[in-house]
Amino acid sequence: MSKDTLEKFSQEKCLKLFYEMLRIRRFEEKSAELYSAGKIRGFLHLYNGEEAIAVGVMEMLRDEDSFIGTYREHGHALARGVSMKSIMAEMYGKVEGCSRGRGGSMHLYDKEKKFYGGNAIVGGHLPLAVGLGLADKMQNRDVVTACFFGDGAVAEGEFHESLNLAALWKLPVLFVCENNFYAMGTQISREESQVDLCAKASSYNVKSVAVDGMDILSVMEETQKAIDYITKNESPYFLEFQTYRFRAHSMFDAELYRDKKEVEEWKKKGPIVRFKKLLEEQKWLDEAKIKEMEKKIATEIQASIEFAENGHWEPISHLTKDVYCEEM
Amino acid sequence: MCAKKMTYRDALKEAISEAMRNDSRVFLMGEDVARYGGTYAVTKGLAKEFGEDRIRDTPLSESAFTGAGIGAALGGMRPIVEIMTVNFSLLALDQIINNAATIRHMSGGQFRIPLVIRMATGSGKQLAAQHSHSLEVMYAHVPGLKVICPATVEDARGMLQAALDDPNPVIMFEHVSLYNMSDEIEDNTKVDLKSAKIRRSGEDITLITFGGSLHKTLQAAEELAAQNIDCEVLDLRSLRPLDHDAILASIRKTHRAVVIEEGWRSFGVAAEIMALVMEKAFYELDAPIARACGVEVPIPYAKHLEDASVPQVPDIVAKVQEVLNSDV
Repeated sequence: MSKDTLEKFSQEKCLKLFYEMLRIRRFEEKSAELYSAGKIRGFLHLYNGEEAIAVGVMEMLRDEDSFIGTYREHGHALARGVSMKSIMAEMYGKVEGCSRGRGGSMHLYDKEKKFYGGNAIVGGHLPLAVGLGLADKMQNRDVVTACFFGDGAVAEGEFHESLNLAALWKLPVLFVCENNFYAMGTQISREESQVDLCAKASSYNVKSVAVDGMDILSVMEETQKAIDYITKNESPYFLEFQTYRFRAHSMFDAELYRDKKEVEEWKKKGPIVRFKKLLEEQKWLDEAKIKEMEKKIATEIQASIEFAENGHWEPISHLTKDVYCEEM
Repeated sequence: MCAKKMTYRDALKEAISEAMRNDSRVFLMGEDVARYGGTYAVTKGLAKEFGEDRIRDTPLSESAFTGAGIGAALGGMRPIVEIMTVNFSLLALDQIINNAATIRHMSGGQFRIPLVIRMATGSGKQLAAQHSHSLEVMYAHVPGLKVICPATVEDARGMLQAALDDPNPVIMFEHVSLYNMSDEIEDNTKVDLKSAKIRRSGEDITLITFGGSLHKTLQAAEELAAQNIDCEVLDLRSLRPLDHDAILASIRKTHRAVVIEEGWRSFGVAAEIMALVMEKAFYELDAPIARACGVEVPIPYAKHLEDASVPQVPDIVAKVQEVLNSDV
């Protein structure tokens, strides 16, 4: 992360990126509180520490591009512009939620935003991304499907089958690996004989690049290169963003598998603190501006909570609605 | 309207090519479907007419190409996925059950998945325990899927046409003993995907079956007719949805029933039908319902053992006699 790179972007753009990361961070913190208060139930996986990836990639995707993600997807949904109210309502289980309360935290969807879901079978959505890319290619649509997944998914057969298929068929799929070095509680070196994930992707003839995922400017630059490459070469692309999850895997995780010191070290390299420092050095950001942002974010979060609180429970008579599609 | 003679295999091929001619969104993919012509030769010659983009050979990656079918359906295509045999479909079970069957409901009805997955099923070819089973019931268990088992040449074409018109994931089972069967069929054979059909009308007892067992059951009914036992034969055609009305109507007429299927006896289709009759028409019964099912064994290779593993004509005849002799 350097001033040189920074100068490629405007102050306005950079403040917007900073704001989006902060917005996700505060949303996740509030979600944890609401979980403890019993308002949100089920599993809750927070994105703290990884914000630069969702914000950076979404910044580069075009409206017509699709994306699909994992169960740690609040940040992606927010960065894409899925309304915070509908996300909060979803986590409350209300019918006003973006999946009518049927999905919860792990299964946010928004067709209008071309968001094909939070998916909770690790690796299970990679074939869907391949299919979305295939549909785009067969219908001559000049778009990209971004598929987010973690390092854990790399151990699943679907990762290998999907990269092979996407490369073999030359599909416009951007594989975005958010490598936070832990598959739940299993450190990558304890589950992968080859920890160089780009080596795996490259072996399928997929162009692969490893990137510092804590540096939003690098995330954006490399994502743009990837999109250009996909468009020009009609081929998939693999981005490994190295990052770290600051919080536990889920709300049930006692974090026995990692050292607190390790977490603290990574926090120093966090995407928000680093970008903040750079913007402050550039004199683009100061405490007053941050305060203003915090206030705006707090207001939006509060409004989303009120929206969720005032939302409605879907009538039980609708329970089996939409198991099937009734009309063509 | 003119009738023409064709095989079950050709009837499937006709439905596929007709759909592909009428709708550019329809395409077919699977292992060895293009250059090889399909394991059971259903797609032989189609790649020549439609090109290898639309008749698409896949790697041996059942999970990825089935998932790609789901993704392509989400992306606006109308894919047909061919899986070589039901045993191989287990490699794609995650995609079918966790994705195809759930996404519509879990997203609050935002998405539709117009996908047809065809696969061979059943015994009779001495293919042993990894190519011969009848696992239809595993899919029929799952809400969100439709499960059809055409048993006649007419239904092979008509039900596949209907499946291709349906906005839901439809799993179609083609019993391996049926591909070479030929019959004269009319031009217009389109049917719905929910109605069972009486294949032989009778007064004394209802024989309920589907798929490959239909023809053995009809033969048993002929033999029983010679003994003055008048069997009604009900072909279920669809397992999900299951035509409750047709089953119950026939029970109310004959007051006795035997259910015949190749699948294993425990927790099977027969068990479901017996439970249904218990719940809805118990007092209509003149005798307990019997079932002729697969023996609980991995189907072996040797012909005499394979034959003994699934209900044959004499087993069906014996079951009918048993029921008629047990009248209360």
